[in-house]
Amino acid sequence: MTTSPPDLDFNTPALRRYRKGRALKDKLASWGIAFGGVSIIGAVLLIFFYLLYEVAPMFVAADIEQVNQYQIPGATNSPTLMLSMEEQAEVALRVQENNTLTFFSVSNGEVLQTHKLPIDGDITAFDVSTFGGRLMAITGKEGGALLVKHNYRVTYPNDVRLITPWIEYPYGEEAINLFDDGHAITNITLRDGEEELMMAAIDANNQLTVKRYLKEEDFISEEVVLVEESISLPNIAGIINQVEIDQAMNFMFVLSDQRLLHVINLNEETLEETVTLDNLGAITTMTFLLGENSLLIGNDQGTVTQRFMARTLEGEWRLRNVRSFEMGHGDIKAIATEQRRKGFYTAGEDGHIAVYHSTAHRTLLNEKLVDGEILGLSISPRAKDLLVETNGTITHFKLDNEHPEISWASMWDEVWYEGYHEPDFIWQSSASTNDFEPKYSLVPLAFGTLKGAFYAMLLAAPLAIAGAIYTAYFMAPALRRKVKPIIELMEALPTVILGFLAGLALAPFIENNLLGIFAVMIVMPIAMLMFGFTWANLPEKVRHLLPEGWDVIPLIPVIIIAAWFAIEISPSLEVLFFGGSMVDWLNDDLGVDFSQRNALIVGLAMGFAVIPTIFSIAEDAIFSVPKSLSYGSLALGATPWQTMMKVVLPTASPGIFSALMIGLGRAVGETMIVLMATGNTPITDINIFEGMRTLAANIAVEIPESEVGSTHYRILFLTGFVLFLFTFVFNTAAETVRQRLRAKYGQL
Amino acid sequence: MNNSLKNSAKKTAMNVSFKEWVKSGSPFIWLNAGAVAISIIMVVGLIGFIAAKGLVHFWPAQIVEAEYTLPGNAPANILGQMTDSEMVSAIQLKAIGLKTENNAEEAKRILLKVGNRDVYGSDFRWVLDHHLSVKKFPATAMALERREWGNFYGYLDTVYEGNKLVGDASQDDAKAWEAFQGLVVRALDIHDSIMDILTGEIGSINYALERLRLKQRAYELDDELTQERKDEFEATRTELNKEYEVHQITLTKLYTDVKRDHIIVKETGGKTVKVYISEVVRAFRPNAMSTYEKIGHYFDKLGEFLGEDPRNANTEGGVFPAIFGTVLMVILMAIMVTPLGVVAAVYLREYAKQGIVTNIIRVAVNNLAGVPSIVYGVFGLGFFIYFLGGTIDELFYPEALPSPTFGTSGLLWASITLALLTLPVVIVATEEGLARIPRTIREGSLALGATKWETLTKVVLPMASPAMMTGVILAVARAAGEVAPLMLVGVVKLAPSLPLNMNFPYLHLDQKFMHLGFHIYDVGFQSPNVEAARPLVYATALLLVIVIALLNLSAIAIRNHLREKFKALEM
Repeated sequence: MTTSPPDLDFNTPALRRYRKGRALKDKLASWGIAFGGVSIIGAVLLIFFYLLYEVAPMFVAADIEQVNQYQIPGATNSPTLMLSMEEQAEVALRVQENNTLTFFSVSNGEVLQTHKLPIDGDITAFDVSTFGGRLMAITGKEGGALLVKHNYRVTYPNDVRLITPWIEYPYGEEAINLFDDGHAITNITLRDGEEELMMAAIDANNQLTVKRYLKEEDFISEEVVLVEESISLPNIAGIINQVEIDQAMNFMFVLSDQRLLHVINLNEETLEETVTLDNLGAITTMTFLLGENSLLIGNDQGTVTQRFMARTLEGEWRLRNVRSFEMGHGDIKAIATEQRRKGFYTAGEDGHIAVYHSTAHRTLLNEKLVDGEILGLSISPRAKDLLVETNGTITHFKLDNEHPEISWASMWDEVWYEGYHEPDFIWQSSASTNDFEPKYSLVPLAFGTLKGAFYAMLLAAPLAIAGAIYTAYFMAPALRRKVKPIIELMEALPTVILGFLAGLALAPFIENNLLGIFAVMIVMPIAMLMFGFTWANLPEKVRHLLPEGWDVIPLIPVIIIAAWFAIEISPSLEVLFFGGSMVDWLNDDLGVDFSQRNALIVGLAMGFAVIPTIFSIAEDAIFSVPKSLSYGSLALGATPWQTMMKVVLPTASPGIFSALMIGLGRAVGETMIVLMATGNTPITDINIFEGMRTLAANIAVEIPESEVGSTHYRILFLTGFVLFLFTFVFNTAAETVRQRLRAKYGQL
Repeated sequence: MNNSLKNSAKKTAMNVSFKEWVKSGSPFIWLNAGAVAISIIMVVGLIGFIAAKGLVHFWPAQIVEAEYTLPGNAPANILGQMTDSEMVSAIQLKAIGLKTENNAEEAKRILLKVGNRDVYGSDFRWVLDHHLSVKKFPATAMALERREWGNFYGYLDTVYEGNKLVGDASQDDAKAWEAFQGLVVRALDIHDSIMDILTGEIGSINYALERLRLKQRAYELDDELTQERKDEFEATRTELNKEYEVHQITLTKLYTDVKRDHIIVKETGGKTVKVYISEVVRAFRPNAMSTYEKIGHYFDKLGEFLGEDPRNANTEGGVFPAIFGTVLMVILMAIMVTPLGVVAAVYLREYAKQGIVTNIIRVAVNNLAGVPSIVYGVFGLGFFIYFLGGTIDELFYPEALPSPTFGTSGLLWASITLALLTLPVVIVATEEGLARIPRTIREGSLALGATKWETLTKVVLPMASPAMMTGVILAVARAAGEVAPLMLVGVVKLAPSLPLNMNFPYLHLDQKFMHLGFHIYDVGFQSPNVEAARPLVYATALLLVIVIALLNLSAIAIRNHLREKFKALEM
């Protein structure tokens, strides 16, 4: 019987449409899936580039752009004593020698107000306490000093900001007498503090005087009145050029003969030291950096040096030469300091301007910006506007200088911070005061990270690799199937739990049983070996009770008993050897500091976290060594251990190496354990009994309170980026090794 | 197996000399076995330790009363629950000017929870065992769990309903206790209705008012706020406020009602304290309880732990919001990570030509797996929250600015960050599953005329689904235990409301949430009263460990099952 082929038409329009639909779906799916797959690389690249994008702005140089140039407001023939801008950089003030205070618009130079002060004749000497404090001391030819403050009131008529300047005399319109004989003052310095105010002045007869005024509130009028206290001064030879007083009003710096700097201790009224600034050439300008602790001294060679008072190791105060900046364009004509950061701006000859940051020792800009000689500089409080005075004109620049405080040196080299007796690695990112010097050394953090990882690996590497060797090669398959899930469970344990146990249970336990922990480490292997030897000598009957490859089971009670024994005997040993307490012995006899949450705790807890990572990969590597290799070796008469050491391990060693790399990567990036089990103090100390702060824990502690876009925020991103790169390198290396190994086994 | 040869030395000789033994290499094998044993002991011991510490928390411990005599001081009564004890050496004691009994080397030191923070200042006291004498366990000793100030330990004196004396323990203790318990139940009922109104009705009204404000502000920003609309808004607002007034009146009544009764209790020194019954959460006399009652109490406390909100700055009560937050976050994460991970794995295994590109992707995946979790947190904070969230706020929620909606840490960003973090887990597991499916099965399907896509969806993926499940379960387990990135992108120590509630749009992706892991960190390390919070932290840790262990073990079980299945196929 023949059957005719069924009358099927596969080319009906409906079926064609259906096939087209299927093909289209197939195409779309393959595109979609390819897109999805490639986007994984995209995700990694996104993380990489986003971190880079946040980090990059820290390393760009300052950018400056001229926005306007106009004729100088006020008389051109009288020299400028000070140029200053208010917070918003809309209104500027020019103080001139002819006793004129001119407020003008920063953007176009339009004069807003002009004031004359109640003094006789021209201004002979002038000083401002701090640019941020805006209190000025002004002297006329009568010799007294008038204290004047320039203030700004902000109003919003019709929703437009209007800034109105005004002049205030906080201590009255009467000049304060500094000299009894009424000579004209040639140089004055003013320092305004919370409770007191100080002024020092030089008169035309080269006489120096300094006065301290306590601020007392008048009970009736509630006005603050100044009560004078005089200070006697040691004699200073030579022609005195300039005086300055530091912020704490402890030291006065007197420049004489343009090359000698005398440091006077104002509390003890003695001359602390005299520094010859000879090698610097003639001093052209001297001013304080923000915080009024560091002197910036400019000379005629185009060099600015930063000096501050620091204690020597013997405890004496000395003016230390900290760092210098080479501008290299002749005389330093002027120095302007920032009001929020430790940055400053210098003017050299022929219109050159340089931008520096002191702590980072960084030159952000050094260019010729204007024609002609610069007479004055002013930087706005937010450091975004710069006014430059040249002969008869003012040039207004906009500055883009967001992150000057970071440089390679400030992160990785020792930096001499204000108030410290020597250069050091310090991480201290924030403080309450405005003139705080941020300390962004990554060295203590990187050191802490490596220290924690080192102690963790010290515990984890031997345990995990030894465990992997046994599990992969000697253990009975049935037991192996039970042990592997336990190790996987170990890997899955949340680190927050490990950290919590380490910090709250393990740390106090170890503090009380420090010797016990070390005793455990010694007693345990001895107990294992003793048990092994005894076992080998037991009658066969007993030995055969335990199937081969189950040796782990009888060892468990042995280890528990050994550990219990070690802990139990440790108090007696402590009494015997360490006078009762090993912690006290460490502290008193060895001088080793012991803190409860220390690197030992982190090593134990993080070691626990890392063991399963190393174990799994190493076990996998050893297990996948082809059996034919070990059979061959055993057949030639090698013992199992010899086979292990000489044949299996060398073959698996790249895999074990990659296991260690990945384990190290995990230890480096671990956050919660370190956060909870150490005191998080950023110190650089190898001592196992001291804590540390790691890069990862530092991010967790500080990023929630750092301002978005600030240098601190970006440097935390940088530490994240460093962690990312570190693990990237280690993982890629490990992965490459592993892929090679797989290919090699494939051939065997 | 080769290990059959291992003990060859042992078999031949009965007595092995030490030298021979070392030569055979067995000592090293024993040491290796020891390493495995140590690892096992550590895991089991750790989990056992957490379990022991966490489970006893709910058991009503005996209240001990004793005479406490510190040398040089007059004896004083002390009453409390024994929570911990340790041995201290004589030398340590000497440093604080104390001696052991009979100059023994060590002395036992007991941590007593004496409670009564309002009276004594602190809840806990370390006392030396030999300084305690005349220990007894009075049946009438009572523990009061209070809403504030922690536990109170002492004796019931009198019970007042309003101002009426309804029970006097010195006359009829049983009656007084019964009356007290009845009043506690009543106060708890009222307290529940107060909480219902506060979180339910009043919460909804506040939420509606806030939405109204934002809507009005949105019109204002668009310059579309006509007088008509303004009136409409005003009308709704008045209505809502009126509704609010009504609830407020009920609340005021309930508040006075709940404050009606009080008891007078005596602490062991004889001081009397007045306690409003509204302050009491639970009162019990552990010394008088039978084992059966204790078990009941245990499960009661366990239920409270799992089902209620925390009290007393998170140191007491339950962890329900943390459980809820963790689960919700993990579910959202799983919804995101599953398709992404599967697509990536399918691309790698089924679509891409094996070569440089796939190798680079594999390296990228492995790198993603190795990047420290805190880096994900930093990335999530910068990219998702400040960049994406900030942009979303500017485009879609300008009315709420300057307070951010999505421009701050929250549920959505936390789950996306964790999805990225767990992506490699899903990819690796799925890929492994796909690799196990024999080629012949795919070829069979293709030979029958199915397209690649059809082969994938109808044949390959269903077979690989257990592997995917494994991946997702492992991802969930990882996400549930991860804390470091969450600290930057979403968790808080105390969230005012659950991120899933009865207010439209029900699921609040922008809200911050509580998380079990962070709860452990926060209560264990940031709490003002760490000692009091410790048992609760152990219980929370135990809960987290159980959840994660179950997830992992089920993943392992699925994987093993899968392996067996394909072993059969390959034959």
